Amino acid sequence: MAGTTEAAPPAESKQPQVNLIGLSKKDYGGLKSTLCIGCGHDLITARIIDACYNLGVRPENVAKLSGIGCSSKTPAYFLNRSHGFNSVHGRMPAIATGVQMANKNLKMIAVSGDGDSANIGMGHFVHVMRRNLNLLYIVENNGVYGLTKGQFSATADKGSKQKSGNVNPNEPIDLCEMAYMLGCGFVARLFAGNSKQMTSVIEAAIAYKGLAFLDIISPCVTFNNHEGSTKSFAYAKGNEEPLHDIGFVPAYDPTYMEMDHGEEREITLSDGSHITLKALSKDFDPSDRVAAGNQIMEAKHSKKILTGLIYVNPKSELLMDQMQVIDTPLSLLTEKETRPAESVLKQIMDDLA
Amino acid sequence: MTTATAAPPQNTTKVVNDFSFSIATANGSGSQTANMVLLRGLFKMGIPVSGKNMFPSNIQGLPTWFTIRVNKDGWIGRATTPDIIVCMNPESAVEDVENARKGAVLIYDDSLGLSKMRPDCIHYPVPFKKLVVDACPDLKLRKLVINMLYVGVCSALFNISEESLVAALESQLKTKPKAVLANKPAIQLGRKWALENIKKVDAFSCEPLNKTSNKIIIEGNAATALGLMFNGCTAVAWYPITPSSSLCESLEDYMRDYRVNPDGKRTFAVVQAEDEIAACGMITGAGWAGARAFTSTSGPGVSLMNEMIGLGYFAEIPFVICNVARTGPSTGLPTRTMQGDIISVIYASHGDTKHVAVFPSNPKEAFEMAGIALDLAEQLQTPVFINSDLDLGMNYWMSDRFDYPTGPIKRGKVLHKEDLEKLKGQWARYKDVDGDGIGYRTLPGTDHPNAAYFTRGTGHTEQATYSEKATDWKKNMDRLTRKFNTAKTLVPKPVIENKGSTIGLLYFGTTDSSVREAASILEQQHGVRIDLCRLRAFPFSKEVEDFLDKHAVVYVCEMNRDAQMAMVIRAELPNAATKIRSILHYDGLPLTAGVVVSEFLAQHKNEPHSTAVAQQLSQATSAVGSKGRD
Ligand SMILES: Cc1ncc(C[n+]2csc(CCOP(=O)(O)OP(=O)(O)O)c2C)c(N)n1
Ligand code: SF4
Ligand SMILES: [Mg+2]
Repeated sequence: MAGTTEAAPPAESKQPQVNLIGLSKKDYGGLKSTLCIGCGHDLITARIIDACYNLGVRPENVAKLSGIGCSSKTPAYFLNRSHGFNSVHGRMPAIATGVQMANKNLKMIAVSGDGDSANIGMGHFVHVMRRNLNLLYIVENNGVYGLTKGQFSATADKGSKQKSGNVNPNEPIDLCEMAYMLGCGFVARLFAGNSKQMTSVIEAAIAYKGLAFLDIISPCVTFNNHEGSTKSFAYAKGNEEPLHDIGFVPAYDPTYMEMDHGEEREITLSDGSHITLKALSKDFDPSDRVAAGNQIMEAKHSKKILTGLIYVNPKSELLMDQMQVIDTPLSLLTEKETRPAESVLKQIMDDLA
Repeated sequence: MTTATAAPPQNTTKVVNDFSFSIATANGSGSQTANMVLLRGLFKMGIPVSGKNMFPSNIQGLPTWFTIRVNKDGWIGRATTPDIIVCMNPESAVEDVENARKGAVLIYDDSLGLSKMRPDCIHYPVPFKKLVVDACPDLKLRKLVINMLYVGVCSALFNISEESLVAALESQLKTKPKAVLANKPAIQLGRKWALENIKKVDAFSCEPLNKTSNKIIIEGNAATALGLMFNGCTAVAWYPITPSSSLCESLEDYMRDYRVNPDGKRTFAVVQAEDEIAACGMITGAGWAGARAFTSTSGPGVSLMNEMIGLGYFAEIPFVICNVARTGPSTGLPTRTMQGDIISVIYASHGDTKHVAVFPSNPKEAFEMAGIALDLAEQLQTPVFINSDLDLGMNYWMSDRFDYPTGPIKRGKVLHKEDLEKLKGQWARYKDVDGDGIGYRTLPGTDHPNAAYFTRGTGHTEQATYSEKATDWKKNMDRLTRKFNTAKTLVPKPVIENKGSTIGLLYFGTTDSSVREAASILEQQHGVRIDLCRLRAFPFSKEVEDFLDKHAVVYVCEMNRDAQMAMVIRAELPNAATKIRSILHYDGLPLTAGVVVSEFLAQHKNEPHSTAVAQQLSQATSAVGSKGRD
């Protein structure tokens, strides 16, 4: 299986055999990956497994969702004990919205591709960003359509080269910028080659009660890892600029308050968990909406891949709560809870007579 | 009613409770309240009525016609040519008068200068513009109140009880007592003026009956919405499109009133999606996760939903789509009706797909079939369509009162935690344990380590794992065929009227009243008896097959050019293929009995191999010339 064969990151090397809820790493695994060896997507799969394990996520409370593409296949490779739905190309956000309507208590982990989200599914991407679902939305961004063999996607940079030599004439779509503009409460850009940062941001994103959008640069080793590509491992490594060292402290961690925070900035999420940030290149507060906007613009201008948490709104109300949906999942309601009394029908009939 | 058709002015034969109105107004002029008061006033007199709105695809200004048919025998299908025309729209007045049938009654504002036209009609000019000044002191309200004047005029002319009209006004504007106060004097004044100033020379009048006592008046969309609300619908996603929008709008309104717990929490979720693809995606997600999920749309929306519908079929996900059909192709006539999406619904999507569909004919069925569709979707774990149309969805139908559903809602084969414990976690999503082609499913969130399975639109095994194996694929498709055969036993059966004829007429949906009226005209005026079969669902149950078997010739009556239902019947029941004939109607307007009668007679005259028909027709020579209402 893709994830579990990886060595755990050093910080977590002394982990016990089981996590907070008594599950082993294996309980978070999935089927063996069928992606190309070295594909960035598999690295992300492994980090999703780590993050869920570290947090003690109950897999039965998770729904995994995806569209179509190499990236969208990956939900089969993690969290075997969670229901999964590999749906249709570009429409995962709509499926996720429906799943949340049926069961507001589910945490959804969704994986999409740049083609899936920025091309065919752009309409749905844009609108789901406006709906605050309890959804971790990951785009595994390789700048190409992997599954259909290497055509440019809408996130490919202008001037970047296809394997065949074709040059992309179009402006790229920056999904983080869009997510931020559309009111998404948690926006981060990551690089699949940076495991440590990925794990902590994915943890924070899972803990976040709302829609967390992660754009993860995830090179396609088969169709977009050559010279002239701006989504290759080499290019991303050379141009990545992590904004800060990110730490994530789940709400249940009692040791946190005793730690020495030093120069760290911390952000408390609504469930009591903390995101800790140690600035690397500049002091930047991702909970400051204006600063976050500037950050995105600067990154664009400097042609750097700024990775890390770009924007977080620690308090945001979930759509189902705004809609005053009852706490019991709608999926479990029977006629007892949903059928109005006979007198209601009689009254309606009388009014129409 | 036929006697008045060729009658000159000064008609002496009284025509009671059997005629039709056409009220021509401008869209957005506020005439709808007046039209409804007239309709409900007649209804409150106990006379069967129907109200059909012919409106333009615009918000304000273009001509609109509201037709009311009054019929003592309960025939509430469309009447082709109105007997009484109320011209309230100066823009269309000349055309309205030109198109009037000979002998029709024309009511119009006296300033329109129409009195020289059409001496073969009965003219009742009324000084509406002058009267409204007296009827309504408030200048701003006059534009609306002027409509209520014609209600009063009609009350006097056609003996429509003032009391019933006032009661109708009060129930129509229940929440707006001020509007009642503004409108009531207009009814009274119009009536008074007409009584004092018009010399009645037409034949039409109303008498109280007792044929509406247990009835209601409702649009089909509201009826479907009520059916959904009372049958456990929990997740709704939709995208606005005429003529379906009022369905989800009224559904949300009803649920906000009646599906809220004392603490203010709701037992439903409604999302207005970004498009129909998303709306269908949302109910796919919701159905997958266990909600009773619903969307409504019209033809263009069904086209957009196709990919998702195929996923629902193949991954076996329950949800319900109500297609309120309008006239197509393309944007077509978005405010006219058609039974035009039979094939696009039944065979929606790519690859091998066939879908369960129900066809309500009237509001009561729309109410009941909403619950049936939600149940069927979950029992069969598949998308289910409710095939309605604009005529049912947006027009006003007299209907029997709806019965309160008493049984439990049917959630189908779902394994919960306890079931999985009993099974020791041993189960397979797509395994046909019961031989009916339907597997067991679990819902996300089920707290058991073996509850999860992986749903995909790709080839899969019984265990829901990915498979490209030829044998796995075929086995799965064959199981889906078994499921389709199970569906035949669960869907609503046809309504069959057997009179021992060799000729059958098969139809469905909103053509019901017109087809039955036509059959009665054919029998009474032409001596031809026909057996009727009203389809209520696809796939076709055994009873439909038997009906086709038993008849020498079967006419399939439908509202489209391409004989879509006939195509489906030929494809699904090939033995019947050669005996199928078609009666088609496709001008965007609801079917009339007259079309059925004339189409039938034209084809059957030349039906060489049906001697029974020839005999029946020759016996009916005396009736030739007396045509149906067309
Ligand atoms: C409606 C539809 N159109 C086209 C396709 C073909 N298709 C499958 S995956 C894909 C692109 C996937 O690209 P991306 O989302 O970037 O995923 P990647 O494979 O790069 O991870 C396309 C065009 C499809 N499956 N469905
Ligand atoms: S084609 Fe590219 S994206 Fe797809 S699995 Fe191979 S490396 Fe990954
Ligand atoms: Mg891609």
